[in-house]
Amino acid sequence: MMTKSKVTIKGTKDGLVFFLDDTCSFDELVTDLKEKIENSHQKILSGPLVRVSLKLGKRFCTPEQQDELTKIIRQKGNLVIHTIDADVISKEEALAELLKSSLQIQTQTVRSGQVLEYEGDLLLLGDVNPGGTVKSTGSIYVLGALRGAAHAGIQGDKQAIIASSMMRPTQLRIAEIISRPSDEWTELKGSTEFAYLEEDQMVVAKMNFLHRVRPEASRKKT
Amino acid sequence: MGIAIVVTSGKGGVGKTTTSANIGSALALNGKTVCMVDTDIGLRNLDVIMGLENRIIYDLIDVAEGSCRLQQALIKDKRFDGLSLLPAAQTKDKTAISPEQMDEIITQLKREFDYVIIDCPAGIEQGFRNAVAGADQAIVVTTPEKAAVRDADRIIGLLEREKVGMPKLIINRVRSHMVKAGDMLDVEDILDLLAIDLIGVVPDDEFVIKSANAGEPAVMNHESKASLAYRNIARRLLGESVPLMPLEDKKGGMMSKFRSFFGLK
Repeated sequence: MMTKSKVTIKGTKDGLVFFLDDTCSFDELVTDLKEKIENSHQKILSGPLVRVSLKLGKRFCTPEQQDELTKIIRQKGNLVIHTIDADVISKEEALAELLKSSLQIQTQTVRSGQVLEYEGDLLLLGDVNPGGTVKSTGSIYVLGALRGAAHAGIQGDKQAIIASSMMRPTQLRIAEIISRPSDEWTELKGSTEFAYLEEDQMVVAKMNFLHRVRPEASRKKT
Repeated sequence: MGIAIVVTSGKGGVGKTTTSANIGSALALNGKTVCMVDTDIGLRNLDVIMGLENRIIYDLIDVAEGSCRLQQALIKDKRFDGLSLLPAAQTKDKTAISPEQMDEIITQLKREFDYVIIDCPAGIEQGFRNAVAGADQAIVVTTPEKAAVRDADRIIGLLEREKVGMPKLIINRVRSHMVKAGDMLDVEDILDLLAIDLIGVVPDDEFVIKSANAGEPAVMNHESKASLAYRNIARRLLGESVPLMPLEDKKGGMMSKFRSFFGLK
């Protein structure tokens, strides 16, 4: 007989939470989960639709292993998998996360027809020429002339900003908001300025205004 | 081993062929052996501007297909010592030759000539790739017009990916009175945007059109300003340091109207 249950089931107001032991082997875990679903806990687990969260603890599960666990639980038609959480992630995922939250530094001239696309905040040391485009999931800072197009927050981050030491863009986009000069912001001085969204409207302001509208822009210093 | 220089622009009608003809001729006048290669297959012009059209027997495609030897296709220009032309075919199109074949032909030419000047067709498709394939250096020609500068920027971006390194810029057909009036981009604006080295500024000059129609490269004349500008570019290519000449335009009025009329051509 097993000494200790590998799967602990707790009920919460959001549904059931399965705590899976992270010290035993994966096979033991599967066996115990099957036992509980198919035999011992039949009664508790039958009934109306219930949301299930899986907590993997410090166990790293490959997508295939996660599928296996999901399949076992799905046998019960009334159990709906809501989330699968682990306290650990792979190095690759960690690196991708790090990239997203760090500042990418690039030195080049983005010329007509070229597209520079990045995840996270982008610092471009160079010009963006007319016909060229820079895109980023985060904010875009151009230490040079921005004469082309810039799209910050391409995945919908409305807090993202676009800053340039010479603001002369053909078009600016933040999240899904598109704006051209002479549309909303007529007073372009071509000096060090930044663009941000205020109630889904593009606003361009002098750089010294940044700390007032986006005080959190300096958040990532550790 | 010589140096192959491609003359390109992206946009059509900015003066690539005229520039090729004049730089090639000017280098020959400086005592170098030069071969000009027209890669604008299907729309050849270089032979016309050089006045060598009626001497064409074989062309670039014949060489690529092996229907003749390279030597047979070269036309020697009798007015200059050491100047030859490899004409383009007029009946085929750009796909009749591959970048690899081009590279091979240019490499052969470089063994015999000090300079190989490659006249590139407009556009960024196969014709451009063919022309760039064998080149060691590139010259980008633009005019002080927004559209031309935009295309030059695009071409510079494409050239940066090739082995030709940082291209050099020629600003062609500058009208000083329009620049002065603020109606035309000035040299500084263009350089600021394109951020590459300038190798010459050529003033807009009716004489260039006249000489092209006569089939005699403008550099043969010693009076015209454009001619002097081209000869200066050739000297800069040879490593001399020649200051940019002032672009003062004494004429104007009616003359410039004529010029803009011809410029449309």
